[in-house]
Amino acid sequence: MSRFKGVDFYAVDGLLDDEERMVRDSVREFVDEEFMPVVVEHHRAGTFPAELIPKMGELGFLGAGLRGYGCAGLNSVAYGLILQELERGDSGLRSFVSVQGALCMYPIHAYGSEAQKEKYLPAMARGECIGCFGLTEPDYGSNPGGMVTRAVEDGDSYVLNGVKMWITNGSVADLAVVWAKLGDEIRGFLVEKGTPGYSTKDVENKFSLRVSVTSELIFEDCRIPKENLLPGVSGLKGPLSCLTQARYGIAWGGIGAAMAVYEEALSYAGNRIQFSRPIAGYQLVQEKLVWMLNEITKAQLLAWRLGRLKDEGGMDFSQVSLAKRNNVWMALECARKARDILGANGITDEYHAGRHMCNLESVYTYEGTHDIHTLILGHKITGIPAYD
Amino acid sequence: MEILALVKRVPATDSKIKVAGDGKSIDPQGIEFVLNPYDEFAVEQALKTKEALGGTVTVLTVGGPESQKELRTCLAMGADKAVLMKHEGPELDAHALATVLAAKIEELHPDLVFCGRQAVDTDDAQVGQRLAALLGWSCLSDAGTFELSDGSWTGTRDIEGGKESVKGSLPAVITCNKGLNEPRYPNLKGIMMAKKKPLEECEVQGAENKETLVALTPPPARPEPAILGEGPEAVAVLMDKLKNEAKVL
Ligand SMILES: Cc1cc2nc3c(=O)[nH]c(=O)nc-3n(C[C@H](O)[C@H](O)[C@H](O)COP(=O)(O)OP(=O)(O)OC[C@H]3O[C@@H](n4cnc5c(N)ncnc54)[C@H](O)[C@@H]3O)c2cc1C
Repeated sequence: MSRFKGVDFYAVDGLLDDEERMVRDSVREFVDEEFMPVVVEHHRAGTFPAELIPKMGELGFLGAGLRGYGCAGLNSVAYGLILQELERGDSGLRSFVSVQGALCMYPIHAYGSEAQKEKYLPAMARGECIGCFGLTEPDYGSNPGGMVTRAVEDGDSYVLNGVKMWITNGSVADLAVVWAKLGDEIRGFLVEKGTPGYSTKDVENKFSLRVSVTSELIFEDCRIPKENLLPGVSGLKGPLSCLTQARYGIAWGGIGAAMAVYEEALSYAGNRIQFSRPIAGYQLVQEKLVWMLNEITKAQLLAWRLGRLKDEGGMDFSQVSLAKRNNVWMALECARKARDILGANGITDEYHAGRHMCNLESVYTYEGTHDIHTLILGHKITGIPAYD
Repeated sequence: MEILALVKRVPATDSKIKVAGDGKSIDPQGIEFVLNPYDEFAVEQALKTKEALGGTVTVLTVGGPESQKELRTCLAMGADKAVLMKHEGPELDAHALATVLAAKIEELHPDLVFCGRQAVDTDDAQVGQRLAALLGWSCLSDAGTFELSDGSWTGTRDIEGGKESVKGSLPAVITCNKGLNEPRYPNLKGIMMAKKKPLEECEVQGAENKETLVALTPPPARPEPAILGEGPEAVAVLMDKLKNEAKVL
């Protein structure tokens, strides 16, 4: 088994402290030893390696950036490095951890009651309770504020009606964090698996993120106790603050996927001989490899700086938009170039580039599409929103 | 139960080793150093023993200040404290190393010492056994299984084509082989806790080598692979090469 060595052209390692490097190496080893041997079979079957969940819990990957309640309490760079290493394996593996930590544990940690935190967070950190995050609807993707899922107060319960679409971990989740309108206001609700009126249906036949479960959540007069409302937040800023956390991690994840395809393309190009020499000896191929290295290096510095800003309390959501937009875009471009360098071999699952390339199409779209992040940044610098 | 695990910082096994200018050491440039893989089994066994019977696990290495990294890895895996016996300059031979370790062990008086069967850099596989001899302790080398009960141990030694079942008394030195256990990854909480755990430093004293490393020679470069021909014509050429060059037929 070959070990993944990472890409570090600018000695970015020197910007990390010992703990951060140790976290990175530990996750890297986990991915090499536990995940890489099974990724292809899960990708073919379109399944998530659920057997790894308890192990990821035990190692502390779930909600790793949160403090207390059995979470590891890592700083932001160490947390980012976890996601980088996981996405080096597969975007689906990283998605699982992002959804669990940033989209489900984070809102409970930030906005939940003490009872909700005690009840769910330690079990979620151990991987015994899996979460999903229901924001997107069939008719409201980039514009989640328009959502039509509603909650109505009825005695000591809320009754939910509506449909959520494209929900990662949907059918496997024990707990759904669902955003719905209570009157005119968006609020967060905790819906446990098995609640009458709550059902799920998986999205089948995906080209992308096959190592991840994507489902539709259906609420038909789904009655939940009043104490399942997240008390600490109302309005779109609730879900958006979760997305900021998740997008932060995705900015790191993109680096991992890009490193994986770069390493594969570089090694292939060195061995594949066409005409008189290895294809790595041709200028056009070198240009592609250099492009990848160049973009990976920039992305690493961007993510590192963003992490430090996050810990210093000076991170703005628009900076997260810039990093998500750049790093996922460059990862997708790297995967396309790597696939190209691999020639026909690049279209089979004997190599990883094709899988990463297809995965990254999802990552480019979810958590705010590339273009929506362009608009967020455009709004930020001009003061004029280009959306209504 | 006081448990000691002996560990060493070594180049990762997939490193491309280059001999340094002095002809006697390796060029550390571009090499990734890791905890000796066999020592991972030793640390894991120490932690398992502690988990079963209580006690403390100390990890100890003889090496330069950079070995702190490997000690921290052991602390992150769950060891309670670490000792760095500082030594720089030419590496100690097995005898000198066992001697300084024995002296330190007299001071720490553990009930059990685990170490790897060998360090993958020098592949010497002598330290554990020499240490047991100097201390006058029982020793299970190449341990494939190991169990403790009431102040004595039973285990198996991996031997060519089979296993030897052995039992012995405590204190003991156990040299751990691959297969003894499945070393854990340092978990993230463990990594965060590691920096708060004690790491004691002391100087190696009075070490005297009886062997001198004269030179390191890299293995000869592998000959370029050659295509001898294609289809049926290749068979005759291949037969000739196997008979007359490789002399295997
Ligand atoms: C695999 C996967 C997993 C997902 N997991 C989750 C999850 O766990 N939870 C969840 O809530 N959601 C999830 N999503 C949904 C995801 O967040 C949405 O797909 C995303 O927000 C985009 O919405 P949409 O697909 O409806 O596309 P649309 O919003 O319809 O966008 C289509 C295109 O139009 C463009 N566009 C839209 N509006 C504008 C505008 N104003 N100006 C210019 N261009 C515009 C977009 O950039 C895009 O190119 C997931 C999606 C996928 C693919």
